[in-house]
Amino acid sequence: MGQQIINGLFLGSIYALFALGYTLVFGVLDILNLAHAAVFMLASFFALALSTQLHLPIAGALPLTMVLAGLLGLLLERVAFRPLRGRADSNIAGLISSLAMATVFEAIALEVWGPNIRRFPEGTLPAATVSFRIEIPLVGGSVSLLQLAVISVAMVLVLGLTFLVRRSRLGREVRAVAESPRAAQVLGVNVDRTIAASFFISSALGGAAGILYGLSYNAISPDMGGSVELKGLAVIIVGGMGSMPGAVVAGFALGLIEVFVVAHLGASFRDAVSFAALFLVVVLRPRGLFGAASMREA
Amino acid sequence: MRPAARALPILASVALSLCGRALAAETTVRIGACLSLTGAAAVYGAQQKAGILAAVDEVNRSGTLPGVRLEAIIEDDASTKEQGIAVFQRLIGRDRVSAIIGPTLSNTATAADPLAQAARVPVVAVSNTAPQGITDIGDYIWRVSLTEGQVIPGALKRAQAKLGFRTATVLYGNDDAFTQAGYNVMKGTLDSMGVKILATQTFAKPDRDYNAQLTALIGQKPDILVVSALVENAAGIVAQARQLGWRGPILGGNGFNSSALIKNAGPAAEDVLVGTSWNRVSPDPANQAFLKLMASRGFEPDQFCAQAYTGLLVIAEAMKLTGKTGRDDVKAGLARVTGLLTPLGRFSFLPSRDGEHEPALQQVKDGKFQIAQ
Repeated sequence: MGQQIINGLFLGSIYALFALGYTLVFGVLDILNLAHAAVFMLASFFALALSTQLHLPIAGALPLTMVLAGLLGLLLERVAFRPLRGRADSNIAGLISSLAMATVFEAIALEVWGPNIRRFPEGTLPAATVSFRIEIPLVGGSVSLLQLAVISVAMVLVLGLTFLVRRSRLGREVRAVAESPRAAQVLGVNVDRTIAASFFISSALGGAAGILYGLSYNAISPDMGGSVELKGLAVIIVGGMGSMPGAVVAGFALGLIEVFVVAHLGASFRDAVSFAALFLVVVLRPRGLFGAASMREA
Repeated sequence: MRPAARALPILASVALSLCGRALAAETTVRIGACLSLTGAAAVYGAQQKAGILAAVDEVNRSGTLPGVRLEAIIEDDASTKEQGIAVFQRLIGRDRVSAIIGPTLSNTATAADPLAQAARVPVVAVSNTAPQGITDIGDYIWRVSLTEGQVIPGALKRAQAKLGFRTATVLYGNDDAFTQAGYNVMKGTLDSMGVKILATQTFAKPDRDYNAQLTALIGQKPDILVVSALVENAAGIVAQARQLGWRGPILGGNGFNSSALIKNAGPAAEDVLVGTSWNRVSPDPANQAFLKLMASRGFEPDQFCAQAYTGLLVIAEAMKLTGKTGRDDVKAGLARVTGLLTPLGRFSFLPSRDGEHEPALQQVKDGKFQIAQ
């Protein structure tokens, strides 16, 4: 029981981190960036390349990869979203162009790294991070240093983003653009720059989730985005589209639900129950657990 | 195979038969091999090719078949059914082979073997492990490789003799015919051995996180963890089980039988038990001679190499028993092969035309598969 809670929190921390970036862009633009999972995947490959080819320690590869993922976000915004901005159908068109970019990113990964599963070589992480486990007395389970590090990094990033959005000037601008781009512009906010910044942050977070996922399960492949894509979507809908606290809470909740479903009902029900929860939320509380009625909260 | 490369063995055989005629009245007998030299199963195909070529040279050198020079015609099925069918058509129609070894994959065999059956050409499978759908295609289809149904019970019994476990938990992939079949055999064997299965969990091929299942299984405190998985999942399962603190034994199905398991799971693969058809360290003279032969050719053989080598030996034995080399002679001879000394041990066919010999149990030690005594 205790161990399963830890497993769930661990999985949930990755879902939360992934969904946080997803929901940030939605909150600002009202657009689903379907290439988010492809950025997650590419970041994992970037980290692998940095650590195996440039021999960077993983602690150095992590921030560098987040920057690279952020740059991918800028590229996405520039290519898939900005040209469509201002059109009447920009929501649907953006959805489709982001899907196209996801396909392009996956094709690039396939071309460069091939379809097979790749792994961080032995010794990327000190052996102790995996083998040494810390017993958690009250819960009755144990957690490895790696898992603890993943959960901690995820938490630090979640808190960092919350602080950024709530307290910084950029955060105020992001919230202003989320409320109304036109009003923000009138008040002197550089809307294009703000949107680009949110894409950078969103993709950097998605990239961080990808690196942590790649390190934890050590199986990196061009199709790995599929394992979080729909889950991430479920998380942001359950949490309330555009709500950051909602994404975090729903991410952890989904991780926990998934673990208990697998352990007690069987792995075949893994996705069924997650999506049943999604269905229930959509029926009973369409704006999600934390969604504001206007669905504009970043 | 490209035309130029294809012409090579033919030219070689012409040259050889010319030499042969000059020295003695020797006839060249062709044996076809349909192997996966490219594609997903290329790792296995390379081993099989080396085994067959070594066996052909060995039979020709030793004079097992007086007046006969064997020639192997090896073609690539690219690990696909379609190419396998094309290769079978060429081997049967154009190359007029006396027998066919292969194809590498069970999947290809189910598509290509019926052609040979219809043309009355004997096929000797050397790596097909699917329990159903291979030798039951017809009376011209024979098999050297042991099925999952033969290897897993042998491995479990040997492991129990070594470890004395009384309870087990089982994890298997329930979205794949191979891992599902492996699970059925594991469950049947454990039940018949009186081992209590405390819990069973499943996963799907795309899964990367097995923590929930493993935590539930380990929580039952079994004596052994038994897993039926393909190698990509197997490495993750083994690594995560060890991370969760499982120190007990892990026994895997044939999917574990790959050096990729050790490479991908790293130190976590240590002590993992896997059944195998070939006891590499067997002191049997036939096995020792095989190891020496492969070493002299600078090749590190694995199970697939030993099985392919045995496949050719079995065909040569069938020719020797009937004294003739035609297709129906080979088929008649195969039925009479019993107790043949091969690298796999004493080899015979069951009435079902499936091979029978003693399976072995191997264990990962110091990053290598070693035979568990």
